[in-house]
Amino acid sequence: MAREAGNGRGPSRRRLLAGAGGVAALPLAAAARPMPVASAPATDRPRMDMILTINGDDHRVSLDPRTTLLDALRDHLGLTGSKKGCDQGQCGACTVHVDGRRVLACLTLAAAVQRRPVTTIEGLAQGEALHPMQAAFVEHDAFQCGYCTPGQIMSAVACVREGHAADDEQIREYMSGNLCRCAAYPKIVAAVREAAAQTARA
Amino acid sequence: MRPFRYEHAADRAQAVRAGAAGGGVQYLAGGTTLVDLMKLDVMRPSAVVDINALAADHSDVRLEGDHLRLGALARMSDVAEHPVVRGDFPVIAQSLDLAASPQIRNMASLGGNVLQRTRCEYFRDPSWSACNKRDPGSGCAAMQGVNRKLAILGVSDKCIANYPGDFAVALAALGATVDVEGANGRRVLAFEDLHRLPGDTPHLETNLKPGDLITGFSVPAGPWTRRSLYLKVRDRQSYEFALASAAVALDLDGGLVRQARIGLGGLAAKPWRSPEAEAVLRGKPLTEAAAQAAAEAAFTQARAQGERAFKPELGRRTLVRALLQAHAMEA
Repeated sequence: MAREAGNGRGPSRRRLLAGAGGVAALPLAAAARPMPVASAPATDRPRMDMILTINGDDHRVSLDPRTTLLDALRDHLGLTGSKKGCDQGQCGACTVHVDGRRVLACLTLAAAVQRRPVTTIEGLAQGEALHPMQAAFVEHDAFQCGYCTPGQIMSAVACVREGHAADDEQIREYMSGNLCRCAAYPKIVAAVREAAAQTARA
Repeated sequence: MRPFRYEHAADRAQAVRAGAAGGGVQYLAGGTTLVDLMKLDVMRPSAVVDINALAADHSDVRLEGDHLRLGALARMSDVAEHPVVRGDFPVIAQSLDLAASPQIRNMASLGGNVLQRTRCEYFRDPSWSACNKRDPGSGCAAMQGVNRKLAILGVSDKCIANYPGDFAVALAALGATVDVEGANGRRVLAFEDLHRLPGDTPHLETNLKPGDLITGFSVPAGPWTRRSLYLKVRDRQSYEFALASAAVALDLDGGLVRQARIGLGGLAAKPWRSPEAEAVLRGKPLTEAAAQAAAEAAFTQARAQGERAFKPELGRRTLVRALLQAHAMEA
């Protein structure tokens, strides 16, 4: 069953910025209407109808084939947690999971992930309960400006799941696809180390 | 990014038919090269054919007789983790592990990886008008430009772009073959014949024809494949292209080299194998002096002007270290 992204999770900064009826995602029933999307050029370019499965919910969208998964999430579904840093696969700020594996949403065309499960930073917490990796980042103050953090956390969750967080050296190597311009690296490593240890105990 | 038509191919035949339609059709697997270069307006396909449905039949990793078979749609990370690859072909596992980032290795297919384009900044940025690879006959801005990371082997007066990948260097060293499906059926290419040298036509990078689809690779196993490694030297420790790299595999007969397989990366216009260096080692004990002689032979044809002047020496040292490490391996 499709629903509006972020439904039932209280007010978000994004929704305040977008205003009522703004950029937020459409529920399936309303998807036949033209998309009120500021970033899409008003042209007659061919669009593709597709269903994207994001954080367990199906979203029917009609997109220009050029749309990346990152732009689909941010501009069409109102899920702005995934960040656009370099937009060319060099910084990792857009990291999401597709089929449970970490990938770069900026180099993924939305059309290529139709009906495949996508998890974004918005899908990690269980209600008000943070994912252990999110809690570890808070606990260790593993960020300064926070812009790279959603990508860092999505990458870190996968890093632990892959079994690539055995020690600090391995964490550094397997987190190397995520850059942090504030250089919070030591605290990021500490957060991943602790979350990995918690997972091992669980 | 320019508009394009998006198609899904359900199987190999459909993919090849769509690919051979002409007019700038590109296959899409992981997209890590294609989508990047389309955003930069370097690649401008009229149609993109998504071949990921073919992964069901073309992502196998297995030993078949005395050959390692690798499906072209296997992802870099899956191949790097495969126990047969890790145990029996360490040079392949290491070349994949040391490439790109975990996210990119999860996305990129083997077939797309060997076809990745150069990282020459003049190629990647169309605001530079002179690039013979992007726009044949327009010149080469890199010749007199910032070219520290570019090639010194196999270059021409038209182009000094380097082939940036790692896995392909291991395939070149090991004498792999490539399975290609095209409009006229299937054929097998020696991996060394997949990429072309730039010569006067640097825009022609491979011997693939429109519609040709790489479906897999075959790597002969031999006594040398277990005693093999990939050594990569770069500006930062991780998530960086090679300044110089060496893929080496040794078959030792007591103290003597029965056979050496040597590939070089980061330094050449295409995935590079050095038969000259291999010949120097044949039948000799692998001493440091012998390794140095082999390294000398590998770079006699190097053209390294300006910012690239340091690269022959870096390449030689990288190869010597790789050879000595492979010699010391328990295999």
